Amino acid sequence: MSAEAYRVRGPTAFGDGDVRRFWNLTRTLAATDWKVRFYGSVLGYVWTLLRPLMLFGIVYVVFSEVIDAGRGVEFYGVILLLAMMLYFFFSEVTGAGVTSMVDRESLLRKVGFPRAVVPLSVALVAAMNLALNLVVLAIFVVASGVQPRWTWLLLPIPFVLILVFATGVAMLLSALYVRYRDVRPIWEVVLQATFYATPILYPIEAVIGRSETLATIMLLNPIAAIIQESRHLLTGAMPLSEALGSGALVLVPLGILVAVTWLGLRVFDRMAPRAAEEL
Amino acid sequence: MSGAPADDVAVKAAGVSKSFRLPTEQVSTLKEQVLHPTRRRRSETLHALRDVTFEVARGEVFGIVGRNGSGKSTLMKCLAGIYRADAGEMWLRGRMAPFIELGVGFNPDLTAHDNVLVNAVMLGLSPEVARERYGSVMDFAELHEFAELKLKNYSSGMQVRLAFSVMVHVDADLLLIDEVLAVGDAAFQQKCYDVLQRARDDGRTILLVTHDMEQVQRFCDRAMLLDRGRVVAVGDSRGVARQYTQLNFATPAERESIVRTGSPRGPQPGPATIIDAWAQTLAGGRTTLLEPGEASGAAMRVRFARAVSEPVFVFTIVDEHGRRALVLSSDRKPHATGEHAAGDEIDVAVGFTNHLAAGRYWISVQVLDRGGDDLLAFREDVYSFVVAGAGAGGGVMDLPHIFEVMPAPSMQEAANER
Repeated sequence: MSAEAYRVRGPTAFGDGDVRRFWNLTRTLAATDWKVRFYGSVLGYVWTLLRPLMLFGIVYVVFSEVIDAGRGVEFYGVILLLAMMLYFFFSEVTGAGVTSMVDRESLLRKVGFPRAVVPLSVALVAAMNLALNLVVLAIFVVASGVQPRWTWLLLPIPFVLILVFATGVAMLLSALYVRYRDVRPIWEVVLQATFYATPILYPIEAVIGRSETLATIMLLNPIAAIIQESRHLLTGAMPLSEALGSGALVLVPLGILVAVTWLGLRVFDRMAPRAAEEL
Repeated sequence: MSGAPADDVAVKAAGVSKSFRLPTEQVSTLKEQVLHPTRRRRSETLHALRDVTFEVARGEVFGIVGRNGSGKSTLMKCLAGIYRADAGEMWLRGRMAPFIELGVGFNPDLTAHDNVLVNAVMLGLSPEVARERYGSVMDFAELHEFAELKLKNYSSGMQVRLAFSVMVHVDADLLLIDEVLAVGDAAFQQKCYDVLQRARDDGRTILLVTHDMEQVQRFCDRAMLLDRGRVVAVGDSRGVARQYTQLNFATPAERESIVRTGSPRGPQPGPATIIDAWAQTLAGGRTTLLEPGEASGAAMRVRFARAVSEPVFVFTIVDEHGRRALVLSSDRKPHATGEHAAGDEIDVAVGFTNHLAAGRYWISVQVLDRGGDDLLAFREDVYSFVVAGAGAGGGVMDLPHIFEVMPAPSMQEAANER
């Protein structure tokens, strides 16, 4: 009982440097999130894999057989699956992230802990999902006959970037949502719009063929840029710099990514400590 | 007053203030913000805590009392790191476990099992230790058979039991407890008491918010009275409990006086005023020492501010543990207490044979109107006296009694046959 006295400064967004506790809290919350999600379902975790695959199956049939969007594109099925998985990851983190602080109201109002644990646990769950999905993707890649290439070693880079970006956006939205409940419907529309404004269902080559300017504008979106670059690293398709039309332009989506993530951290740091009072 | 606390201090608050903005019209849409960015939002400021300063020693049980809205819960939330105080500083020593708003933040969609693990981690255990403790948490809560039930199917009493059980199992040196003992059945309440008692014997520090003055007197070493965010009194729990009761029954003018001076004295502009009360001997002499078994008495002097007919006079004698030993009311047997005009000053005496156990006692007195519905005046702990003699083994009464020792009937029969 010779513990040092410490000063209570109120809730913080990121904790007081106790990394171990921060991680324990994040993984515990993530584990229970995971559990709640599949509670009462027979197949449980299998749905994490089945759901995107079934959706992928539908999209694949419609867009390659009916509309024929993938004509002339090498490995259309593989890149469609890759793009969908990455986009679903982003929409899962941000979509669930928006309401995460409000959903955890009872914890926030009763226990003092680093507030960032809440959106980060959402991101962690989605990241586990993505990891499982990538296993399925790997099987697809092999089955489709894509030749192994050294650029596969670089794939973790875009994956980490999308994780960082999604987390930053989720932190921004979750902090804002505590005060402004309009954030959720707005974000749902934004997610819908970006899904179609991102070369997921159709390849970027189809856009370039119509308007190079339009293609450049579309790829300034960090999500689109990340997806395009992942596709390049995986199958050797057109690299991002070439699709943008200039290597220097790569800095724009990267800059947006950094700026938005930084903004998310800043806003969260300012607003989250007061969340318990506003809930 | 600022700076780190002394070694034996477990909790220190210095000049802590906290206010909330209460918008008079709820503005929470972006549209309004965007359309009217310059419109000044009308809001009122609620000063929940104003310049609150106190210290709690290690191993102490410290009560925080006050009426609803006096800032007790806000103070707890500031100490627990849930709210950020606007001003002042707070220091804690040792690990703290909060128990606020009747819980530790359960998720209704998770089973009790999962909730216990999540909350134990939230309160500072590592996931591994949380799993080890799980069994004893459920043992204490007596909820093993419901472990796999989702929490939304729990009754509120069961939830509180579970939450309390988690809180006492996380090895905190400092427990912040907001109104736990008000809920749950009597058996569980007793269990809570036992645990808190043990925690205190182990040298843990407990801050207890409560409305129950008997709890405060029985359980707390010291207490603090808050009123509208201000500290009115800090001191021994009996005195604070008394002030709380006075504050509760006081008229607004009296409340001001109590809050300002921190003392219940001052004008009592009620229909009646209790000027004094005391213990006396049979002969009528005022005394602070009553002999056991002797004819004794208590008395009060009352002045009426208006005409009162047949009032009821009540003497309550409380022992040093806060237990009521004796309540003597003039309406128990219909005593004629007479007609009194405005300005009358009277002495009321009650005689009794003193069977109180040895020890110190306090006299509280009340004057009620004829039906006993309206409190005309009351004063708590006006007078203290001692009953002489050896103790009565812990009871409050020392009634005349005899012991007999004899063989059991079966033994007697055996002796007769022989």
